[in-house]
Amino acid sequence: MSTFEALAGNEAVATAMRQINPDLVAAYPITPQTSTVQKFADFVSDGLVDTEFVCVESEHSAMSACVGASAAGARVMTATAANGLALMWEIVYIAASNRCPIVMSLVNRALSGPINIHCDHSDVMGMRDAGWIILFSESGQEAYDNLIQAVRIAEHPDVLLPVAVCQDGFITSHGMERVEVYDDPDVKAFVGQFKPQWSLLDLENPKTYGPLDFYDYYYEHKRQQVDAMEHAQGVIMEVAKEFNAKFGRDYGLFESYRVEDADVAVVAANSTAGTAKVVVDQLRGDGLKVGLLKPRLFRPFPAKELADALGHLKAVAVMDRSISFGAMENAGPLFLELAAALALHGVQMPMADYVYGLGGRDILPGEIESVYRDMLHAAETGQVEQMVTYLSVRE
Amino acid sequence: MATKLVPKELMKRPERLAPGHRLCAGCGASIIVRQMMAAIDGPVVLANATGCLEVATTIYPYTAWRVPWIHNAFENAASTISGVEAAYRSLVRQGKMEEQNVKFIAFGGDGGTYDIGIQALSGAAERGHQFLYVCYDNGAYMNTGIQRSSATPLGANTTTSPAGKAIPGKQQNRKDLTAIMAAHNIPYVAQASPSRWRDLMEKTRKAVNCGGAAFINVLSSCNRGWRHAADETIEITQLGVDTCYWPLYEVENGEWRLTYKPKEKPPVEEWLERQGRFRHLFRPENRHIIDQFQEEVDLRWERLLRLCGEA
Repeated sequence: MSTFEALAGNEAVATAMRQINPDLVAAYPITPQTSTVQKFADFVSDGLVDTEFVCVESEHSAMSACVGASAAGARVMTATAANGLALMWEIVYIAASNRCPIVMSLVNRALSGPINIHCDHSDVMGMRDAGWIILFSESGQEAYDNLIQAVRIAEHPDVLLPVAVCQDGFITSHGMERVEVYDDPDVKAFVGQFKPQWSLLDLENPKTYGPLDFYDYYYEHKRQQVDAMEHAQGVIMEVAKEFNAKFGRDYGLFESYRVEDADVAVVAANSTAGTAKVVVDQLRGDGLKVGLLKPRLFRPFPAKELADALGHLKAVAVMDRSISFGAMENAGPLFLELAAALALHGVQMPMADYVYGLGGRDILPGEIESVYRDMLHAAETGQVEQMVTYLSVRE
Repeated sequence: MATKLVPKELMKRPERLAPGHRLCAGCGASIIVRQMMAAIDGPVVLANATGCLEVATTIYPYTAWRVPWIHNAFENAASTISGVEAAYRSLVRQGKMEEQNVKFIAFGGDGGTYDIGIQALSGAAERGHQFLYVCYDNGAYMNTGIQRSSATPLGANTTTSPAGKAIPGKQQNRKDLTAIMAAHNIPYVAQASPSRWRDLMEKTRKAVNCGGAAFINVLSSCNRGWRHAADETIEITQLGVDTCYWPLYEVENGEWRLTYKPKEKPPVEEWLERQGRFRHLFRPENRHIIDQFQEEVDLRWERLLRLCGEA
């Protein structure tokens, strides 16, 4: 029997970590992730987990210790945000290249500068090309569910890639919600035991990890990372199916909310999707055919599936919680990638990008409604008035 | 029974660093690694900072290591080995792996240790992981082409502290990393040299059996950077020891002890003049740098004698 508990998103994540009971957690405090490791430290101190908790002196060392421990055959987790992730950056790439199935709770926060502790997605967008699987979560429940699934995805022998599970800093990380917590034995049975294939601690069969790798092999190793990414999408769907059968929550590559018969849709990740659903329902009440597409899997990017899901629309807007400075039209990364995906899969429609909520600025239902109204207008005229809009910014 | 530290016995020990690696002839690093590995009888797991030792021993698809070995990046050998060691403890405690008295050892050069890796080293030492960190200190970033580090001696000619017309080499004295590590109050800290091989091996044994974090700073010559003949490595490192540029001592549970006291203490210029990197100091206008160098050696040596209760 599962139970329903009032948990903040970070507490839900810490609860998942307690149930997963990883062999090692290496982490460093950073707002707004800190309450995760604090709560997890309670579990360690109270003897509720077997985990070796390595309280490192920096995020760079956190990810370094994670790589060492993962190579050693341990099931390894960490948690971070924003500048912490940026400090890890060098080792974030190495973790993926060494095929270390590390699971990270990433509480999305604006990158400095100026320094800001609140939510946006500039941190995760910096690791887009690092070789990690990236999952978005609308709520604490989703962060909890995704974290449990992430262990299985990361450790799958056809994948062996690290996974980052995102949720929005403060908005969901510190927002109390009703979370369904599954029974400990059920979660433990679901994640199973990690069976490392190339443990550094296999003393009889010594391994060399992280050698110098020049022009004669480096490229092939990068190609193998591509193979792993190609396998990941199928594995993610298999794991989701099994998760649904066991726990009764249906996850896919993305969630389509009233998109199937819609004329226009908005694409928005993490907590904003929840607000947008409310707006969709209101506008549907007015007879407007609108929908929401909420990406769950950002890496690998399910381009074809997204094109299939959105191809029938008359217009689509992307809401981006970060800017790719200097990119085409100074748009957000999600828009750029989705625009490319649609174009390359032969889908032509008016598309616009709405950058919003940087540094934790609130996004209000009225603002999301204005996006829908713009798109309904674009659907009528066949073109957008402005390709990139910075919502509610003081110009 | 531990192998006796006598050549006849040590020669029978299997080599853990296989021949065929691509370190230069006369490189101090490989001599140090082989001496230290021969001193340890049980299983070892090694981490390596980016540097000559790493790039020259593991050029994919080859490896010279016959023991488990991991390289992660430049500045994080200490945090990487701390993760390996903590994982081992976790797996053993949970019964997922057998306790095998594994020794965890990280190797880094002075650039990867004194400079970019000092934070990770300090953190891992403070956390009390059971590991030995070995710095092979050749006094510059030799792997990237002889750039100055905070371990580079005063006056040395490096590619980023070149002896030019206006500035005659490195302007600063070197950092005293061994003392910094001693200030961490970890169970074992030592300074050693491959020229005193038995001393280095004894220190290695003490370090890996100290029950906590240990640090050994080993003088290593790079004949490319120091500019001497490849067969002079041992002789020149010993001269570094005898001139008290590189005293041999240990700090065991807070007790400082000199492990070698030179019979005579020759002037440090006898060590300097053997190396091309100091050649410019022997011009008359740079004499004061040699004097300054000697003063610093004397100051540190006298302070060390006091700490070791020898003054």
